[in-house]
Amino acid sequence: MAATDMQAGADRGLYVPRLSFRHKKGAAFFAICLAGTLVGVVFLAFLLLDVWRDGAGFLRWEFLQNFPSRFPERAGFQSALWGSLWLIITTALLAFPIGVGAAIYLEEYAPRGFVTKAIQTNISNLAGVPSIVFGILGLQLFVRGTIGIGPSIGGGFGRSIIAGGATMALLILPIVIVAAQESIRAVPPSLREASYGVGATRWQTVWHHVLPQAFPGIMTGTILALSRAIGETAPLIMIGALTFVAFRPESLLDPFTVMPIQIYNWVARPQPEFQDLAATGIIVLLVMLLSMNAIAVLLRQWTGRRYGR
Amino acid sequence: MAADTAAAGGPAAQFQRRRGRELVEQAIGYALFLCAAITVLTTVGIVLILVVEGLQFFRDVSPWEFFTGTKWTPLFTNQAFGVLPLIGGTLLVAVGAALISVPVGSASAIYLSEFASPATRAVLKPILEILAGVPTVVYGYFALTAVTPLLRTTLFPETEIFNALSAMVVVGIMTIPMVSSLSDDALHAVPADLREAAYGVGATKFEVVTRVVYPAALSGIIASYILAASRAIGETMAVTIAAGASPNLTANPLESIQTMTAYIVQVSLGDTPHGTIEFRTIFVVALTLFAMTLVMNIIAARVTARFREVYD
Repeated sequence: MAATDMQAGADRGLYVPRLSFRHKKGAAFFAICLAGTLVGVVFLAFLLLDVWRDGAGFLRWEFLQNFPSRFPERAGFQSALWGSLWLIITTALLAFPIGVGAAIYLEEYAPRGFVTKAIQTNISNLAGVPSIVFGILGLQLFVRGTIGIGPSIGGGFGRSIIAGGATMALLILPIVIVAAQESIRAVPPSLREASYGVGATRWQTVWHHVLPQAFPGIMTGTILALSRAIGETAPLIMIGALTFVAFRPESLLDPFTVMPIQIYNWVARPQPEFQDLAATGIIVLLVMLLSMNAIAVLLRQWTGRRYGR
Repeated sequence: MAADTAAAGGPAAQFQRRRGRELVEQAIGYALFLCAAITVLTTVGIVLILVVEGLQFFRDVSPWEFFTGTKWTPLFTNQAFGVLPLIGGTLLVAVGAALISVPVGSASAIYLSEFASPATRAVLKPILEILAGVPTVVYGYFALTAVTPLLRTTLFPETEIFNALSAMVVVGIMTIPMVSSLSDDALHAVPADLREAAYGVGATKFEVVTRVVYPAALSGIIASYILAASRAIGETMAVTIAAGASPNLTANPLESIQTMTAYIVQVSLGDTPHGTIEFRTIFVVALTLFAMTLVMNIIAARVTARFREVYD
């Protein structure tokens, strides 16, 4: 009865609220959205539980101390752990100064114009280039020292830590630059004006006033970028990081392996023991990533307190 | 200033110091420009390497054969260089992943932006973003050792050990945060007046969200879909581990396939010597991959730029 009344009302052009139906539709929609959000959360929980269940068995002190081995009970993560450490420090030493320099240029020095806009667009496009393509760049430029035409530029570094670090630095540079730009932009202009007002030059202003204020934010962005680099596998496979390394790297020109590649190597083996070993490696890798992220978050909070932002 | 002058000695010395400082300032300016220029050189380097090696490849294999051939067997004795099976495998995984990340990511974005309290949002958003921070080799492990066995014991017993479906699932999940975070930003950027106006004429929350806020943020949301798809196309380790190494032109996700990225990894792990046509295939495949993702990223940037113009 009510339905026909409403139909009749609608036919005569009258407004029919049908409120309870509309609210029911809204409640169903809310439930769908909540369920969608929980899909990601539940999947993450499953993934972590699964890794822990598979990998906890091998999680012993020897796992961190042993080198890879054909025997799963004797295989360990030492060379991968040290390789990752070497690689990440090399990457940081290259990407941090270049990234911050580029950000300072773009925020404080660059004239508004075509060139600056082109650089900025290029940076955001680079951030979307698949990491494996960076691996190919690294293979040609840093490992073999050639870009395909003309003479070889200096022979290259071979399949070494420095080649891997340089490749990774180029890969994370867009992330570091954008993060540093945001922190520099957040420094109030009044600070710069005060500095210029007492006669400081542009670099003095940047070095003594802008950078100290922006520093914690830049560090947060850099650590997050490095935590991406530490989990990257594909570009390092391209530049030929080895899958079986039974020694610690001792210099920048040494061959190396890293945690994700060692994990990949174990996953790719058919024996189930090695797959469990891969899970153990994943636990170590995730703990390292988690601590880096925790440091980044702490730095961000510390910034908030210090500058009252 | 007076103390400064005294410390600096006479006017001549002061002039010298100023000139020195100006030179230093200039040098610093150039050095900073060089840092920014490295990013441009990176792009130039990538394009140059891919194009130079790609052109050499196309001297031996016609572009027609490469782009229209349906057999990809460069590493076998009877070589065939048709890239379509690799592109097909890549698109199969990307489309399957989008079928997960687009609806789930959109639902998450709407929940975070329109329903969640600020406290809930502050907890849930970072948790979802962890999904994007987990290394892709971990997703590969999970696809191979958990998703595929689950598929085989429950839904599809005929699933092969290496299959596209498990890769779709994990790539879909890892790209959820791209959709949810970017769409959430777009939804947030919709001005409050629009919502209030809609409530003012008696719309329910559901109507406000689906007929006013979502359409208003649509270009930003579409950009997030494109970026997620572009990320899925470039994804490497999860598909290498889970989807296999058989370049089949198939639409059946239960079969083993090979993506462009997985092929590049396969060659670089093998012992194919540099300078051979077999090795050059990775450059020309990478060039195709680079072109595809670049076009998608540019489209996404265009779409976003339009959306910013409207509401800023």
